This record gives sequence, C-alpha cells and structure tokens, in this order.
Amino acid sequence: MNDKPALDLNKIRARLESAQGPLYWKSLEELAQTEEFQAYVEDEFADRSPDWLNPANRRNFLKLMGASLAFAGVTACTKQPKETIVPYVRQPEDFVPGVPLYYATAMQMGGVGTGLLVTSHLGRPTKVDGNPDHPGSLGASDYFQQASILTMYDPDRGQAVTYKGQISSWISFQAALAVARERAILKNGEGLRILTETVTSPTLTSQIQKILKEMPSAKWHSYEPCGRHNAYQGALLAFGRPVNTIYRFDQADVIVSLDADFLSCGPGNLLYARQFADKRRVQTNVTHTPQPKEDWQEGYQEGPIPARSNQSASYADENRGPVILPPQVQAQGKPPAETTLNRMYVFEAAPSPTGGMADHRFILRASEVEAAAWDLAAALGISGATSTGKLKQAAAIARDLQAHKGACVVIAGDHQPPAVHALAHAMNAALGNAGKTVTYTDPIEGNPVDQGESLRQLVADMNGGKVDTLLILAGNPVYSAPVDLDFAAALKKVATSAYLGLFPDETAALVQWYVPEAHYLESWSDVRGFDGTVSFVQPLIAPLYGGKTAHEVISTLAGEPGKFPYDIVRDYWQSQNKTANFEIFWQKALHDGVVPNTAVPAVTVTAKTPPPSSARAAQGFEIAFRPDPTIWDGSFANNGWLQELPKPHNKMTWDNAVWISPSTAQQHGLNSEEMVELKYQGRTVTGPVWIMPGHANDAVTVHLGYGRTRAGQVGNEVGFSAYLLRTSAQPNHDSGLEIRRLGGRHPLATTQHAQTMEGTDPVRVATLDQYKKSPQFVEETEQDKPLPPKLTLYPDYRYQGYKWGMTLDLNACVGCSACVAACQAENNISVVGKEEVARGRHMHWIRVDRYYKGNWDNPELYYQPVPCMQCENAPCELVCPVAATVHSGDGLNQMVYNRCVGTRYCSNNCPYKVRRFNFLLYSDWNTQSLYGLRNPNVSVRSRGVMEKCTYCVQRINAAKIQSEKENRRIADGEIVPACVQVCPTQAIVFGDINDPKSRVAQLKAQARNYSLLEDLSTRPRTTYLGRLRNPNPEIEKG
Amino acid sequence: MAQLFHRSTNALANLSIGATVLGAGLLIAFAYSMDRGSYITDVRVVKEQPVPFSHKHHVSDDGIDCRYCHTTVETSSFAGLPATEICMSCHSQIWANAAILEPVRESFRSGESLEWTRIHDLPDFVYFNHSIHINKGVGCATCHGRVDQMPLMYKENTLYMNWCVNCHRNPEKYVRPRDQVFNMAYEPPANQEELGRKLVEENHIQSLTDCYTCHR
Repeated sequence: MNDKPALDLNKIRARLESAQGPLYWKSLEELAQTEEFQAYVEDEFADRSPDWLNPANRRNFLKLMGASLAFAGVTACTKQPKETIVPYVRQPEDFVPGVPLYYATAMQMGGVGTGLLVTSHLGRPTKVDGNPDHPGSLGASDYFQQASILTMYDPDRGQAVTYKGQISSWISFQAALAVARERAILKNGEGLRILTETVTSPTLTSQIQKILKEMPSAKWHSYEPCGRHNAYQGALLAFGRPVNTIYRFDQADVIVSLDADFLSCGPGNLLYARQFADKRRVQTNVTHTPQPKEDWQEGYQEGPIPARSNQSASYADENRGPVILPPQVQAQGKPPAETTLNRMYVFEAAPSPTGGMADHRFILRASEVEAAAWDLAAALGISGATSTGKLKQAAAIARDLQAHKGACVVIAGDHQPPAVHALAHAMNAALGNAGKTVTYTDPIEGNPVDQGESLRQLVADMNGGKVDTLLILAGNPVYSAPVDLDFAAALKKVATSAYLGLFPDETAALVQWYVPEAHYLESWSDVRGFDGTVSFVQPLIAPLYGGKTAHEVISTLAGEPGKFPYDIVRDYWQSQNKTANFEIFWQKALHDGVVPNTAVPAVTVTAKTPPPSSARAAQGFEIAFRPDPTIWDGSFANNGWLQELPKPHNKMTWDNAVWISPSTAQQHGLNSEEMVELKYQGRTVTGPVWIMPGHANDAVTVHLGYGRTRAGQVGNEVGFSAYLLRTSAQPNHDSGLEIRRLGGRHPLATTQHAQTMEGTDPVRVATLDQYKKSPQFVEETEQDKPLPPKLTLYPDYRYQGYKWGMTLDLNACVGCSACVAACQAENNISVVGKEEVARGRHMHWIRVDRYYKGNWDNPELYYQPVPCMQCENAPCELVCPVAATVHSGDGLNQMVYNRCVGTRYCSNNCPYKVRRFNFLLYSDWNTQSLYGLRNPNVSVRSRGVMEKCTYCVQRINAAKIQSEKENRRIADGEIVPACVQVCPTQAIVFGDINDPKSRVAQLKAQARNYSLLEDLSTRPRTTYLGRLRNPNPEIEKG
Repeated sequence: MAQLFHRSTNALANLSIGATVLGAGLLIAFAYSMDRGSYITDVRVVKEQPVPFSHKHHVSDDGIDCRYCHTTVETSSFAGLPATEICMSCHSQIWANAAILEPVRESFRSGESLEWTRIHDLPDFVYFNHSIHINKGVGCATCHGRVDQMPLMYKENTLYMNWCVNCHRNPEKYVRPRDQVFNMAYEPPANQEELGRKLVEENHIQSLTDCYTCHR
C-alpha cells in the first residue's frame, strides 16, 4: 500500500477542465484513473486471491484448501450440543420472553438531551432510537445515539474505583470525600472546585447549587472542548445577556448559514434537519409510468392476504400471466408548476452536510466568514455595519432575504467568533425574524458561563495553589483542555483530585481518585432538550461495571452518602411539584420520556449591532479546529462503530487527517496520505494530508478527538491529536500555521471508491426551474443515454399479497450517515478494523455514496445512500450454485446465511456492489460483554458467509405475524426498517407497492422516481427521487 | 509373458467389485440411518433434567392446561417455561416435602433458576414463532406428539427442515380448528383434506415456503 504512486494533480485538473471526464466524480483518484481505483471498479473485493496468483504460495494454498474441505466435511458430523433453558424464579410482570419492551430515556451531548426510546430484550438494551414524542427527536436519532449502546457494553470501561492507580472501593472514596467536605466546610468552601461539562440537568444543578449555598467560597467551573462558548458570548454582545436561540426552519424560505452545520450537529439538529427537509419535499401529481411496470391492482385487495396453499404445478401458472397494463397511479399533491423550495446560502471552509445541501456554497476560510457577515449586514442596511467589499453577492443575498422578511433565518456557527453571532442576531432582528423564525429563551444550562474563561480561571487558581479539592465530573480535561493551559501540570498541584469518567483515560491516570461513571443507559438523571424540555434519563440495566452517577458523587459531597440516584432525581422533582398527583406526574413523565411544560419560556430581547470587529486579517496559512464528524471531541474514540463509520464528507475511517484544498495542495506539492508537520505558535504535530475538494484555499482543517493514549483497545494510538495545537486564545481557527513536508506516507482507510458502480448518472439533478419545465427530468439523463425499453421475453411475475419497496429522496437526504449506524446496530454488523477497510472489506449493509460535480474548487456535493436494491431480476440469484440467495414471494432478494458456502459469485455479479463478504471471523465471539448487545432476531454471521441488506426482514416478519394474528393487512407505515426509523429527514420510505395508497407507491408514481443502472433491467425495488436545487437566478448568472 | 494371476482370482476380482458396491451402499445406509436415527436426532430420547418432571401426570392425571405453565405460547415466539414461582403455586401445598422436588424449593429459596435441558432445540439460524402457529390452528400435539402420555419429556419429531417444510407446503393436511389446538387427544377426522382446505380458507393460512420465513 505504501508504494502507491502520487497523484498527478495537474493532469487531473486538465481533465476536469476539458470536460472529458465523468460528470459526477467520487474522488481525485477516479479522475486520475489510478490502478487502485480501476481495481475497485472491476471487482468489489480487489486483491481477492493473492495466494492463488502467487506461484510460490499456490502449493500451500491447495494444501490448505484440501485440508479445510476435508475438515469442513467432518465438522458437519456433530451432534447438536446440549443447551439449557433457564426460566425466571419469579417472572417480572410484563416480561414476555421473545417480545421486547421499550423504555423512554434521554442521551445528552454537549449538555443538550435528546429523547430516546430504547429496545430491551429481557432486561438487556439492544437498540437505541429516537423518541417520537420528544421535540428534539420526533423519532429520529443520529449516529452518536445509535452507537452509544456499544459504549455501554464496552469491556474497556472503568470497572473499579482507584486511588493513585491502585484498586480501591466506592466506600473508601465516599470516606475521602467526607473528609474533603469537612475540610472545605471549615474554610467556607475555599479551595473546593467542581469541574463539569455543560450541565442542563435540573437535579444536578440544584444539587451543586446547594453545595455552593452551603459553602459560598466553593466554585463551579464548566468546560466543554467543543462547546458553544462563542454562541454564549455572541448573545452577550448582542443582547447583554445569555440567551438560548431556537430556530423555526419550517417557517424559513431563505436560510443563510454563517459556517453553521445545523443539519448534522448542535442542539436541535434532528428537528432542524426534519424542518429543513420538509421545506424541500416535493409532491407532484404528474402521472408517470412507474418503473418497473406495476401491476398492483392485480394483486392488491383490501383486507387480509388471501389464502394460498398447495401450489404445485398450478402455482407458477397462477402467478405468471400475460402482462396486463395496470391503470396508472396518480401521485397526489401540487402540480409541479406550484412547487416551492427553500433556498440556502452557506458560507464555510470545509464541506459539511449543511454545505452539501446549499443552493449556493461560498467557500471562505473560517476567518473570512466574519467579513462576509459584515458585508451582508451592511447590504441589509444595519446601522453601524460597514462593508468590507469582499462579498460581491451580498446585495443579491440581501435582496432575497428582504423579499422574505419574517420568513428567513440567519444562523451563525458555533465555531465562529462572537461578533458573527451578534451580527446574525442583528440581521434576524432587522429582517423581522425575531419571534417568528428565530425565538429566544433563557439559557438552558445550569451554569451559563463563558466556559473558556471558566477553565482558564480554574487552571490559574490550581497553579496558584488556591485549589485543594478538585472534583472533575466527566470531560477528560487532561486530554482536551487547551494546550497552553497545561492542565496536567496544574492538576499535580491539587491536593485532592477526583475524576468521574466512563473510561480510565488520560485524566484518570493523573488524578488521585478515579470513579467509574455509569453510562446513561445505566443511570437515573434528567436533562434538558434544545428548547429546555426536560426528559428523565432512566436506566435500562443495572450498572454493568459498578459505575456511579454524578448525582451520587455530589450527594456524597453534600453530606448525604448512600442516597440512590433514583431517590435524588425523584426527590428533586417532588420538591418542584408539590401536588397530590405527583405519582401520576412521575409515572407519566417516565413513560412519555418528556416532562410536560418544561420548555424554557421565550424572552424578548433587543439586538445591538456589535462594535466593528478588530478581527485580524488572515495572513498566511490558516488552521481550523473542528470536532471530528464521528468521534466528536474524542469521547467516542473507543467506539468501533463510530471509528469505522465513513465520515460523511471524505468517507475516511479510523483516522483523522489534515484537510487541504486541491489547489493549495498543488501549490505546495502535497499529496493525500503524505505526512506533514503542522507548526503553530511553536508547537508541532504530524499527520497525513487529505486533499478535500471544496475546501477553502490557504487553510487546513484538522479534527479533534484523535491521538488518544488511554482511550481503550479500540481508540488508542489512532490518528493524531489536534488538541496539541489548540490554544485557549484561538480555540477555533487562527492564522500563522506553517506546514512542512516530512516525506513518508500514512495510508488512510477510506471507503470512497470501494463499491464504485459503472453507471454514468447515479444521481439525477435539476434546478427548480428546469423541473417546472420538464418534471420528468430524471429520464433525460445528462448524457442523453437512451434508456432501453423495459422488455423481457418472459411473462411478468405477478406479486400477489405484499410487494415491498423503498424510495430514497435525494432531495431530503443530507448525507448524515445515521442510517449506516442504525443498520449496524439493528443487524449485528461487525467491525472489521482499519486494514480490512483499506482492502474494501467493510461490512456496512448500507453505504452513503458521495459525488462531486464540477470543478474541484467548489464542486456541487451529492449524497446517495445505497442499500440492497432488492432487484426483481436479481443478477446475484442466477449465479449462486447452492441457491443461498433466492427470491421470496413478496419480492425480497433473500440471503440465506446457513446455506451460503462463500463462492462470492453473487457479489461478483451484483452491479450495485451491495453485498458484503465476511472474509475473516469479523464477529467478536470472545468478548462476553458484547453478547448482550446483539439483536436476538438477527443471525450473527460467521466467516465465509455473504451478507447484505434484507429490508430488515425481522421487522417485516414481526409485523406480518402481528397482522395475521389480528386477521388484517399490514398497515402502511407499520413496518419501519432501521434506516427509515433513524432518518432525521424522512428521506427513506418503505412500504407495500401493491397498495396504491401507500406512501411508497405514491412516491414511486412521482415524476422524479428513477432507479440506478436501469439499463441493466434489474428492476430494483429500491428507487431514488431526483434532487432539485433552487439557486438564486441573480447569483447563478454571475 | 506368463499369466500373473491364476484364473481362480477372477472370482476374487468379482467379489471385490461386489464388496465395494455393497460397502458403499452400506456406508450410505449407515450415514443415512445415523442422520435420521435417534442417535443424532434425539427423537424419543429422554434427557436428564434437574427434576424428573412428568407431563403425563400433570396433563393427563391433573388436567392442567398447557398454557398454565407455557404462558406466552399464544403471544410470543417463545412458548415460555414456567418460573419456579408457578411450580411453587401448587407445590407449596402439595408434595411440599417431597425429596424429589427439593431442587424446585431450593431455587425458590435461593433465587437461582432451575436449568432445564432443552429437548426441542432449533439451530440458532432458525427463527420459529409459537404464537402464529397456535393462532393458525397447528395443534401442540402436531409437533410435540402426545405430551400427555410422556412420563418424561422427549422429542417426537426430528424438527428437520424437510419435516417443517412438509407442513408449510401442505398445511391443509395438518391444521385443525382453532378451538382444538390445545386438545391433546384430538384425532384428525376422516375428511381432513376437506376440512383442512376449509380452515386454510377461513383462517388465511398461507403456505409460507420463503427462506426468510424462518431464516434471517
């Protein structure tokens, strides 16, 4: 892998400019047509049999094959091993073995809680999903929530209280804390400090405040490495007080994002993504010949599925007949001419899911966004705003915004300086959005402080010897605090230090007391959502490793050791709710997952224009620090699912890299995977380069969270730590970076061209105007390739009963990859590790392809989730020698694991490359703690077996059995595959195509419906809806 | 060149050919009988259990319904094995001091579950659901045999796939009216074919032979 030839960027650029290349491209390697890329196009699993091709090894290979054949034959001659059934002694009420229960709980990230519904099989949680009743979820979830369950079962979690590295006990810690308490009380709390991340839990807030009241000199500090310090300060700047900002994207026709990735991270992102997609949804009533030809009226009838039995010879005849042309299905809704879409302008440096959905994406270095904000503010005529003249399109955007007063949003990113936030507030006020599309409430945090300043003070006091007891409640500051503060050194000066954390990590190694923390799925707590709505966190299981909650630690410090977290939370709410019906309130809130009427009330504030900025003009190279897309600030570093989840924009796994634009790379002679040294303010780190089309020039983006040393066996020594360059003065971006080639390569495992299809038009795109003129644009592919008639010599098979199908709306999909994680959790998909990913052997059943269109400086970005197409004429089925993949009566392309002998002919013949092969024993059969994680309704596959998307057949079967017992047909929307369930934008719809009223049949009747590689006549059941863009004609013209 | 072998060895040659054919046949017969025989299938093989529980006594003599102990058979994939508590609901009064029931009492005292040896054990890649079979009119005895006549539990059928598929292909030959599902002594009437077809029609019994019906 290390001898890969370097890309010739000049040649690639020439090819792009000559317009000879593909319209949609996946990577620079594709444009260069490198050998590696070609190998991926030709074969799903490149280098599949190196031993066989190597003459020196062939003899050994044959010997091994012979031996394995013989032994495989012998192993079949076993008796089934003895198994036992272990019934309960006293079976709990409502527990039905085989029927899962669902509990409402909530997970917090950055202090903001999202309501969840967790599936529990006989007391073990197996799957996390969004709670439809929670305003911040509406049933959706993201990959952090999906993967959080793996962290709970992680065998690397802290399992014992330690004192100076030696195993101690919770009792001893409580005793030590009692001593610290006595000492602190004598000094009125002087020297007692509590460091938390962002806390919104009302119970924990009241607990800590009680301590502060008892000991007024004690202090509560908060620090979150990827927190929202700038939003806090921006509000101070604009309003003179901290506020929480809530957006209504369902009311916004024009959106300006100033480096805000609101679709994929930040508070309320799931709701915002749903609202954004709702404004992009297209309902047409064009009659369109659906493809493949649907004969649903033939098969469909109301009521339960008719009996069908004793099909011998007549069975085939009954289901095959002359093609009867069905009456066409009429898609309901507005005519195309009345279709409206929102329009989004995004200013950003590195591509994000939000940038990918933009109608106009302006590529600016992070430091230049402020100038753009000033220009826009000046164009909007905000007093005190002066134009810098850099943003030429400011007037056009301003006109668009002014045409939508009260129905637009200007949103500033958490990484942008306070002035940008203040300008966004001022612009929203000037545009009349305040109170309409933008509302303000009191902050939801229990301790709304400037977190950067809070940590700086704490470290100063620690260094000054003013801190004798420090209690760190989660956060791992030794790893993630700004490097100039040198938290580790300061920690040594503290007499008594204790750390509550999930893992015995970098911070745990340096404190005196380490207490393992209970995972949220093991804890009682409460947390506020993005709008302040409180959800109770209720445990699904008793702490696996004896973890404790922050409530228990604080309660001990308050002189109440031994109080259970359940009682702490319940007592707090009882004190808030002095009605006779408390029990009803408590039970209902636990059941619903939402405490009613706890959203923070709106406040009215007046925005001031911030003083003209003194921001330094960016000179030279710029560095931007961003949380990693999948492992965030490093807290998910030991999570294999998230490490292996291809990062939405560069499809990289198991690493971070220095993102740099192709033009800048060309200028500096840099290449992807090449090692460079980054020098910033006298500190250096080394890491591999990643050339990122669509990145700002003369700037690099590095992602935090990697380079962990004590994360656990999964996350240790993966990537480099960008924290080593991050200072407290400029935690987001700064100029003054020097970049130096080191020579040498660091191979990066990316999935971007694994599973490349040979089609020419994978995505179909039109502008809104083009669509209005020609709604059937998906059939006019860009290269005018005539579609072959959908003809076959054989009579059509008539699917009676159900006919499952799926649509994926490219207009709604933001490429967030939550579906990949949800599929992994639902279907027991194994993690394969970096080396195997590099060989194209990752196991995800659904992938999200990313395409670029246009030049490499500012390409358009498109995402396309690709699960198994469930073809009606499935090429894979024809070639299986053992009939391990065959068709079902409702049209599913079945994969029978226990029949598969691993010839891999099927994947060889699959044009969509959606089949995955278990080359080695990828499933972890050895780690006991992971047994509990698995979905009992899906086989855990072993080596040598092909696997693929099944449309979550376990859920189909469960719904089928339920409907049959109730003697009815399955209702539309009753079956929800994991990817459909998780999707924040509801881009994926599944259902019965035979039912003309089902959502999926309606969508398939839309003019935008098309299938991938339709010229192969595979008749996929999974089809796509074309993407529409809504550019501003004023800007489009240039 | 002189003959190497005497003429009489021809007989040996013929014999060895015959022996090879016979031997191969015997081997196949042996393998087949091993595969179908109770050594491998455990059909009619009684296994050791913590308590020598008699279905015959509880069902035939005492008249206890299947669902008194197998509580979830109508609602879940798993029929349910009685919690110790269910055993003790009677045996705290009857045979309360019998030595044979000591493991049950011990389980109740200590909270440690009884560990029963599985008799009907499908491979892990087979997903069987009791509730739908009960609901569609497959009698308990159709698969489990006359449990009411088994002093100690054993498996009546192989639970091999061809055995399952036999009924999945021709459900009309085996289904019974829904109210007869738990009747151990039910005998199929002479007009089973006719009745079966009627039941298939009425109860929407489908002949599900798709792989995904059981394997996923």
